[in-house]
Amino acid sequence: MDTVVETFRPAVEWELQGLIRRLNENGTPAEIVGGGSKRAVGRPSQAPVRIETGSLSGITLYEPTELVLSARAGTPLAQIETTLAERGQMLAFEAMDLGPATGGHGGSQTLGGVIATNISGARRIAMGAARDHLLGVRAINGRGEIFKSGGRVLKNVTGYDVARALAGSWGTLAVLSEVTVKVLPKPKETETLIYAGLSDEIATELMCASLSTPYEVTGTAHLTAGLTVRLEQPTLAREAAPLTAIRLENFASSIAYRAPRLIEALKVYGTPIRLGTEASLQLWSELRRLSVMTPTPGEAPTQLWRLSTAPGVAASLVGQIRRNMQLEALYDASGGIIWLEVMASADGGAADIRRLLASYGGHATLVRASPDVRASVEVFQPMTGSIERLSRGLKDAFDPARILNPGRMYAGI
Amino acid sequence: MSLIQLLEPDNAILTRRDRILTDLIRIAGKDAVIADEDGRRAFETDALTSYRRMPLAVVLPRTTEAVAAVLRYCNQSGLKVIARGAGTSLCGGALPYEDAIVVGVSKMNKVLEIDPAGRTARVETGITNVAITAAVAPQGYFYAPDPSSQLACTLAGNLGMNSGGAHCLKYGVTTNNVLGVRMVLMTGEVVDIGGPWVDAAGYDLLSLVIGSEGQMGIITEATVRIIKAAEGARPMMLGFQSSEAAGNCVAAIIASGIIPVAIEFMDRPAIEVCEAFAHAGYPLDVEALLIIEVEGSEVEISERLEQMLEIAKPFRPATHTISASAEQSARIWKGRKSAFGALGRISDYYCMDGTIPLGRLSEVLTAISHICSSHGLKVANIFHAGDGNLHPLIMFDANDPSSEQRAEKAGAEILSLCVDVGGCLTGEHGVGIEKRDLMTKQFDQTDLDVQMRIKTVFDPGWLLNPGKVFPLEAAARAQAAAQTGFGNPGHIAAHSDAA
Repeated sequence: MDTVVETFRPAVEWELQGLIRRLNENGTPAEIVGGGSKRAVGRPSQAPVRIETGSLSGITLYEPTELVLSARAGTPLAQIETTLAERGQMLAFEAMDLGPATGGHGGSQTLGGVIATNISGARRIAMGAARDHLLGVRAINGRGEIFKSGGRVLKNVTGYDVARALAGSWGTLAVLSEVTVKVLPKPKETETLIYAGLSDEIATELMCASLSTPYEVTGTAHLTAGLTVRLEQPTLAREAAPLTAIRLENFASSIAYRAPRLIEALKVYGTPIRLGTEASLQLWSELRRLSVMTPTPGEAPTQLWRLSTAPGVAASLVGQIRRNMQLEALYDASGGIIWLEVMASADGGAADIRRLLASYGGHATLVRASPDVRASVEVFQPMTGSIERLSRGLKDAFDPARILNPGRMYAGI
Repeated sequence: MSLIQLLEPDNAILTRRDRILTDLIRIAGKDAVIADEDGRRAFETDALTSYRRMPLAVVLPRTTEAVAAVLRYCNQSGLKVIARGAGTSLCGGALPYEDAIVVGVSKMNKVLEIDPAGRTARVETGITNVAITAAVAPQGYFYAPDPSSQLACTLAGNLGMNSGGAHCLKYGVTTNNVLGVRMVLMTGEVVDIGGPWVDAAGYDLLSLVIGSEGQMGIITEATVRIIKAAEGARPMMLGFQSSEAAGNCVAAIIASGIIPVAIEFMDRPAIEVCEAFAHAGYPLDVEALLIIEVEGSEVEISERLEQMLEIAKPFRPATHTISASAEQSARIWKGRKSAFGALGRISDYYCMDGTIPLGRLSEVLTAISHICSSHGLKVANIFHAGDGNLHPLIMFDANDPSSEQRAEKAGAEILSLCVDVGGCLTGEHGVGIEKRDLMTKQFDQTDLDVQMRIKTVFDPGWLLNPGKVFPLEAAARAQAAAQTGFGNPGHIAAHSDAA
């Protein structure tokens, strides 16, 4: 996989632009890398050039009273989160760190990488994904043009929402140079209700029910028993049964009011274990790092999928897949997102998973597999018809010479 | 008004009118086509009523398939198409042309599916904004975006403009509350983007389509997020002797970690007009009024309001009123939500929609006042303070063409000011024809090229809602480029040389 012959680390935007112009003129493809935490996700790169954005770093604007922060794309996420925490604020979408679970380093994400992949975490079910918190970008497309979209104010419908469309494009349309995001107050306290021993069906029902209360649940997760035993908190791991977690975040007085009422509303699902702020933060931090799905050296290799479907059918879908392969599942977003760990196979189970998914609706991404598997099956959900034509058209519009992360998402894109 | 240039009709199309009407009736059915002058008159303008053009014909299909058939025909016949919801656009987004076909979705207004557990609803887009909430309210849910026109405006229009509302500080705007759409492209192809799951596969096409002002396709169905309503909500009113104090108070509240569900601001002229209309109990002896609403249980609401009163103290509020009943809360909101109508009773006005960084509030309000008085006009200011989205209402006399033109000029100067201080031309109303020629103030040529190439991907013939969003010369250049095919590698080499 490491065919990289030349690495560039532009330190300023015009340097990045000059570089991309040259690549465009020569038709030379480049791999775009932020912190590298997701380098092993997507179709394997064959690019002879690597562009690292790490030197485009620094927070350029932070106005806590306006809930806005701008930073150069290569700024470490950790630096941004630390700066925000000093003022009691956060990036509310709680970006997951795929590094450890995909064989890379943890804690190496950049803001640009997070936005380019639209990677989000448990809080997205209540507060939206990374793309929902994106206010504006500066970027360089494959033509070597610097452009901006959006801005630094919270409400803006001036022109097309190009910035948001770059979220989740995995660097295939443009390289971000600066990103502006909405920030929000960090909750004062956290409490987590843990329900043990529920089947996947009952657990997704519970998670949906919790989100259909007025108590502003900000995260839901369900782990199959095989994942519970891998939790870092011994008291939880010892449960050795499926665990379902429901999170409340708020002022202490609000949690004191809401937690008992939420427990009452969900009483048919049993009596939960209640985790206070410290234990809660630890649990949700584990889930954010997907630590229960980090491969263990010496054990049989596994592959990792991310599925998205309607919450109401999630457990049924997983049940169908389970008939075809051995798996462990982590349900996020009340079942709307499912992380599936499956025994390694030549196609990662792609044929079975996508065949079953087709009758439920939704999409599947093969997040972790060896490069040869990722080269031979569709990593991202295959496109068809008009959607494929429009997507190829967008690639033409932004990067006609196909030099930016070509083939990372789809062949020819 | 006459400052904004509109597209001239194509005479070749006007002379084919009879044939086109016959074709449309054959394709869409007689009851779906409005051809007579009286019928078409209802569609000649939107809420930017100074601009009017009688459309060639109006089609109101009842199904996605019918929309597809009409668009396919218009595409083959080179006919411009203006998508229309309820026609409440304040920026001329739904303005037709003499040679254009209006395709309205108002007859497609059904709720198709409600999934309370999954917290989604699938609806036809001709449904009014408020009807979505009405459909899910029995189960305790609501649809969050709440533009002031929500009684009349359709989801289709909200999708076109990425509409916001007073409560989007907490819940976001349209794009944050829509999971999927069924859209008809100009070719007649029907595409499904996203669905009842948290995100769509591949590129985020929804982001592009929502807020594209009807220029990429006609959305006939959408899957929207529905949210369980809070136990309760209650507003508080704080009056201040200066807008600066009010603005600083908003900043202090946000810095404290409280995000109210809404923070609305009104200046003295706006307070007077709204109070006279709604008898909401607004204080009449203050320069600025904040309406701040929080949600939760009774206990939580009281605690949070008290907390904010404490935060407000250093800014010396002249008055404070915490709503004591549901009835009083409704009155307070009625005053705010009927502001546009209330002002309309005493004067013609021109409603602006810029957004500014909140820290520049005081100087911007002073400058707005100077701009309007320099044109001999009065202004009332109402806006969403939490997110800096201003709505200066410039008063003028529609019977005096000079007054009307001065209002339009003052408006352009105000929007330029918003951009100069780091804000934008439009926070929630859209560009339409109104701000089209100001786009070069906010964007350089490359920024616009990037957007217009996307337009070309979705609608290569530039037939959908033309003459809007992009300055006419820029759009003409993009159309010419589209014809040579920007995806052609030979063309790219030439482009790179030029760069």
